[in-house]
Amino acid sequence: MAVESAHFPDLKAVPHVDQVGVEERAQRFQKRSIKGPTKLSALKLAVTMLDITTLEGRDSQGKVRQMCAKAIHPLPEDPSVGPAAAVCVYPRLVRVAREAVGDSGVKVASVATAFPSGQSRLKERLAEISFAVGEGAGEIDMVISRGKFLRGEFRLIFDEIARCKEACGAAHLKVILETGELTTYDNVRRASELAMAAGADFIKTSTGKVSPAATLPVTLVMLEAIRDFHERTGRKVGMKPAGGISNAKLAIQYLVMLKETLGPDWLSNERFRFGASSLTNDLLMQIRKQQTGRYQSADYFTKD
Amino acid sequence: MPEGPAEGPAGAARAKAPKKTAKRDGKPAKVVKKTGAKGARKSPKGGKKMAPPAKRPAAKPKRGAPEAPAAKPAPVPPEAVAKPDDAERFDFVRGESYAPAPESTDHISLQDSYGLFIGGEWVKSRKRFQTTNPATEEVLAEVGEAGKGDVHRAVTAARDAFEGGWGDMPGRERGKYLFRLARLLQERAREFAVIESMDGGKPIRESRDIDLPLAAAHFFYYAGWADKLEYAFPGRDAYPLGVAGQIIPWNFPLLMAAWKLAPALACGNTVVLKPAETTPLTALKLAELVAEAEFPPGVVNIVTGAGETGQALVEHPDVDKIAFTGSTAVGKMIQKSLAGTEKRYTLELGGKAANIIFDDAPIDQAVEGIVNGIFFNQGHVCCAGSRLLVQESIADTIIRKLKARMETLVVGDPLDKNTDVGAINSREQLDRIRKLVKSGEKEGACLWQSGQDLPGKGFWFKPTIFTACAQSHRVVQEEIFGPVLAIQTFRTPEEAVEKANNTPYGLSGGVWTDKGSKIFEVSKGMRAGVMWANTFNKFDPASPFGGYKESGIGREGGLHGLMPYLDLE
Repeated sequence: MAVESAHFPDLKAVPHVDQVGVEERAQRFQKRSIKGPTKLSALKLAVTMLDITTLEGRDSQGKVRQMCAKAIHPLPEDPSVGPAAAVCVYPRLVRVAREAVGDSGVKVASVATAFPSGQSRLKERLAEISFAVGEGAGEIDMVISRGKFLRGEFRLIFDEIARCKEACGAAHLKVILETGELTTYDNVRRASELAMAAGADFIKTSTGKVSPAATLPVTLVMLEAIRDFHERTGRKVGMKPAGGISNAKLAIQYLVMLKETLGPDWLSNERFRFGASSLTNDLLMQIRKQQTGRYQSADYFTKD
Repeated sequence: MPEGPAEGPAGAARAKAPKKTAKRDGKPAKVVKKTGAKGARKSPKGGKKMAPPAKRPAAKPKRGAPEAPAAKPAPVPPEAVAKPDDAERFDFVRGESYAPAPESTDHISLQDSYGLFIGGEWVKSRKRFQTTNPATEEVLAEVGEAGKGDVHRAVTAARDAFEGGWGDMPGRERGKYLFRLARLLQERAREFAVIESMDGGKPIRESRDIDLPLAAAHFFYYAGWADKLEYAFPGRDAYPLGVAGQIIPWNFPLLMAAWKLAPALACGNTVVLKPAETTPLTALKLAELVAEAEFPPGVVNIVTGAGETGQALVEHPDVDKIAFTGSTAVGKMIQKSLAGTEKRYTLELGGKAANIIFDDAPIDQAVEGIVNGIFFNQGHVCCAGSRLLVQESIADTIIRKLKARMETLVVGDPLDKNTDVGAINSREQLDRIRKLVKSGEKEGACLWQSGQDLPGKGFWFKPTIFTACAQSHRVVQEEIFGPVLAIQTFRTPEEAVEKANNTPYGLSGGVWTDKGSKIFEVSKGMRAGVMWANTFNKFDPASPFGGYKESGIGREGGLHGLMPYLDLE
């Protein structure tokens, strides 16, 4: 969506969220029993939705290349598994990642905008986006200014996101709300509306640096915001829960929630991603278990 | 609910004078000994009068799995034997549904035939009837139909047990039996949940997560009161009444048994309980646990049967108190037949609850609350939110979202762990639902049903809503007791309350708004025994439950639930 057509949302019309109700509803999804062929296809789907991520001070070029290799062929002996959706790195490593993924179809995402705090001037944040895009990033994960949001400066948040979207150019923009710092579901819902209206292609829960990171209820609130936004505008915004999704069982529960809230149109990596680092191997392990009936030792899965 | 006495003729032909065969005295009700936490449990006694129960090898597994002799299930993962086209059919993205996830039934033990549980023993009755699985129409077991003589025997056994020790037993000793029963029920929860779903048609998710935990919680809760009655009503002396006759419905068979038994026993009464004729199995299984917990014989008696059995119990002169849960029609008959007697009674009858949604409500959670209000247990809930009153300004949004949500409900096999809406309890109930839905269409309400396919066999009804309802429509006025919601709109809070109260019923209601003061304002105006705010169909043993007007009299649950079982002086 072009930025010019972005309209500041009517925040008074944003529905309230009842904490007890939304947590109860999220729990209901966890009661679904996903078995057999449904489970196997859900696991494989989850692998293709992975944004395999490394965001540490000690990240090196070697580490990023390894990770890219894993993203392209998650389970080397089984080509029906993967590839992952993207690798997600700091801007300085984008070029390495870009070269490593080549034309495999795996996208390169980069965090930008003074990740994870967002505490620098807009000018520098925009420059960081331009740098990352220039290095070859196809997707930008930005953070919002949570301090400003909590002060009620919604207009400013909206404008910042719109400017970032502009700076992305053709690159997709994922807007990280850092729900752990927004604390209430009402805030999460409102921030989601702002981000989508300002042009976000994805909305994303967390940086992974703040606890709590993604939870089912917080993701549900955002999925419901996406659903309502789609009904109003016809635009399909994507969703990315990130942080804390460390096992396959939980990942499947997210997918069940996605399927029953937004429907099949969102069941692809065009519109849903998992931001995770340790989830990959558990998914692979469960896929093997489904195929062979046996669990294999963790030693049979590469750690990259 | 087709429940309770006075369905059909009075059965005078069969009502002979009760034979004096009931085992009186025998053993003076053994009191304390060997109960309590450490008491070693014996396996359930089959009862001397009954041949050792022929156990079924195992209830038939549902999906045509080969009938293995239950010994060693091969550790082959289900997907290894899955048919190739299943991969497409149950694909997460493109598939038509989730792969079946049936709860296994090989761990349950059901006899082919059950007697009546009287005086601690299994007694055969002359007449018998069958109980079926409403999802498959298969016969599950044969149970006894208690005649007047059987009821008399049960009441006599209860009277003897009351006078033989239970009534005078110190509360802390009575409490031990109840705690023990509660623990046994928890231990066997899985088996009971499966049987509850097989016999009644409710989804295993509900019987597993709601019925069973709540039933055990009721026993725990009232076990705790047993030795504290003097503190429950300070300054007054509390005495048990004697023999309580209890008649329960088919919608929550085990949970209703727990609601009835727990306070009665905690207060020192003895009980004759009659479960509903379509769902007797979990009550009979509960009788096994009563025996296993070594309750003194006669403290709990369970007689199965239909309306006539219930009537015999209501009319028996030696019953001190009647507790009935069921339809308003039957409740009225009971009230008539008890008029002029000394018997005390509580009645928990029908309802037509209004769920009121204001425009400042948390919309998505309200939609979920509407779904829980009317589709919980297929709408077979006396306090179901069967009327929806929604503020005009958000009516279109709510209805659109409700329809979308209804499409995601999983309707089908009650034993599948993913099922949200199970089978209708009986053919009679299905006919009644169909009749009322037809009347709704004829009277001009606008019908909409979700698109799920229903299984070919068994009794099913699609989740249904009516829009454009008028207050005078039968679907608005009458209790349907099925998955059918009547939707109306309102403009002001006054109008909402007026419409909500414009019914002969008054059991429950719901209000949805983000504004606390509005919750209190509306609740104050509602004539309903239970009000839920921003939620629906929540139950807790500590919370009293009961109705206004034609929804009944008396309260069950909580401190209030003790009163109907006590003489307070």
